[in-house]
Amino acid sequence: MARKTVEGSFAVAEAVRNCEPDVAACYPITPSTHVAEELANYYADGELKEYITTESELSSMSACIGASAAGSRTVTVTSGQGFALMHEAVYCAAGMRLPIVMIVGNRALSAPLNIWGDWQDAVTERDSGWIQFYCENSQEALDTVPQAYKVAEATLLPAMVCMDGFYITHAVEPVEIPGKEEIRKYLPPFNPKVRLDPDNPVSMGEYALPSHYQQFRQDLHEDLLAAEKIVRDANGGYAAQFGRSYGDGTIEEYKSGDADYVFVSMGSICGNAKEAVDALRAKGEKAGLVRIRLFRPFPYDALAKALSGKKSVGVFEKSYDLGALAPLCSDVSASIALLKGDRPALSSFIGGLGGKDVTVAHVSEMLAKIKQGKTLTEWI
Amino acid sequence: MLLPVAKPGSSLENKTGAWRVGFKPKTDEAKCIKCGTCQQLCPEPCITGVEAGRKPAERTFPVTDYDYCKGCGVCASVCPVKAIAMVAEEK
Amino acid sequence: MIEVRMHGRGGQGAVTAVELLAVSAAEGGKWTQSFPFFGVERTGAPVQAFCRIDEKPVRIHQNVYEPDVVMVLDASLLAVTDVASGLKAGGVVIVNTKKGRGEIGIKGGKVFIVDATGIAVKHLGRPIVNTAMLGAFAKVTGLVPLDALERAIRHRFKGEIAEKNVAAIEECYNSTA
Repeated sequence: MARKTVEGSFAVAEAVRNCEPDVAACYPITPSTHVAEELANYYADGELKEYITTESELSSMSACIGASAAGSRTVTVTSGQGFALMHEAVYCAAGMRLPIVMIVGNRALSAPLNIWGDWQDAVTERDSGWIQFYCENSQEALDTVPQAYKVAEATLLPAMVCMDGFYITHAVEPVEIPGKEEIRKYLPPFNPKVRLDPDNPVSMGEYALPSHYQQFRQDLHEDLLAAEKIVRDANGGYAAQFGRSYGDGTIEEYKSGDADYVFVSMGSICGNAKEAVDALRAKGEKAGLVRIRLFRPFPYDALAKALSGKKSVGVFEKSYDLGALAPLCSDVSASIALLKGDRPALSSFIGGLGGKDVTVAHVSEMLAKIKQGKTLTEWI
Repeated sequence: MLLPVAKPGSSLENKTGAWRVGFKPKTDEAKCIKCGTCQQLCPEPCITGVEAGRKPAERTFPVTDYDYCKGCGVCASVCPVKAIAMVAEEK
Repeated sequence: MIEVRMHGRGGQGAVTAVELLAVSAAEGGKWTQSFPFFGVERTGAPVQAFCRIDEKPVRIHQNVYEPDVVMVLDASLLAVTDVASGLKAGGVVIVNTKKGRGEIGIKGGKVFIVDATGIAVKHLGRPIVNTAMLGAFAKVTGLVPLDALERAIRHRFKGEIAEKNVAAIEECYNSTA
């Protein structure tokens, strides 16, 4: 596996191709356009079996639902407003238990119109029943693609691979991309027991009365929670074969073991946070980082363990729940509530919305506030 | 794991004929011209027998399956020759 | 870590240039990252693109505010942009201009000049300076071996076009002062 220097979108598209999906259905939208374009290039070159140029993102997801129901490995790509347009079918994909993989170049939601990155497009779909991964850099994003297929197909749950718009989609970074043969050894072929088949017809996504509907939701919830272990296994198996792992697959603890105060976040900002933590450590400060990689299912217990005994914790997120506590902070708060005895003080920082640049210096300022042990809610 | 999947024809288990409240359609074959309009518009759909591919003279009369007929009266309403009447029934 | 900020105008190829810089620095054994300050800029609008070069993997994802090297593809930008903004102490500024070093009025940093437009027109027949300026970068910083730069060019472009670009890079390399 030679290292090469390419744009994040192209690296991820190559990883998707090497997972050998049967059907890609995409509608291009900034900042994930290059992923869709590159998949279309692969199709034109005969390297992808089927590529459907849909007329909207709702059609992309609907095409993936049909193709996946027929037993195909499928992929779509989206961002921001396009993702929002998919919403209805996003729930259907999970409810129908179809292991579609979606590449998300995270982008802000209108209005005002904005093409730059934050997480709101995917975070707002957190209740839909999809597995959600958030990646720190191009290498992790491309490595997460085969893992997403592996987990999705093992659990019959759809999975999103989220990468920060521009910071990852448009950054040219050195990466190693596993080839088809190597991925075949990691990812078995998709062969669902129930599928649309003219010789054995079934209706999928059936009508459920009040007597049964809730049972389906509860079952989906329980299976999604159980998928956390499968994510760990997929990360471990990937590490064994390819030598790269991302924490335990659900969270990554960076110098947080003996830390007194901890920064918690997701995605590309965590690279900046590692720099900030290193600078503080060099001064003898007991600062640390816990990066959440798996946002759904949320790793409550693993996070509670990682934050146990800390004096204070600050959650930074590029997402919001207007009129309520910010979503990631809300989940971290629920994790901390699991702890017995003294619990760390918890602060919520919201920032980086619509592409607002959050630098190492910003993270250092947040860490200084976290150290004070207050319970702040601030927009950065 | 629960899959929201159903085998074809499984909706036949729900015998909606029990939903009729007091009236059921009755076709007068002396008046019926076998045009098939009732069969086409029955929402259930529980009227069969009128073969669209044949000329009217060669068709058979429509047959209503009372196991599923809900007694809505659409057939009686659309019949162009008033051959279908909603008649009182006691169950 | 060395941070590079390139100033150009939409359509001049600043994004391609920083990518070629990242690819050739990686060829030379460095860890790199390049990215555009992406916007909705159109042809002619001032744009920025960035590159980081380090001995270890680059972890940060943010714009470059305190560059070690500033490259200016179009001297007309000097009138509208403070290109030396945030320049680190001892940093360098490389400007494509026909004027003398003293005439362009950049305060701070060590200024290098090259007539990349003249060189590009001579070799490529058009004033496309993004690749030629990489020759100046190689000369001034020593961070990217000239042969790695030329391999990256030959990988990106084919045949005659590649060779013309290589010739422009070499002349820029030798002309930067």
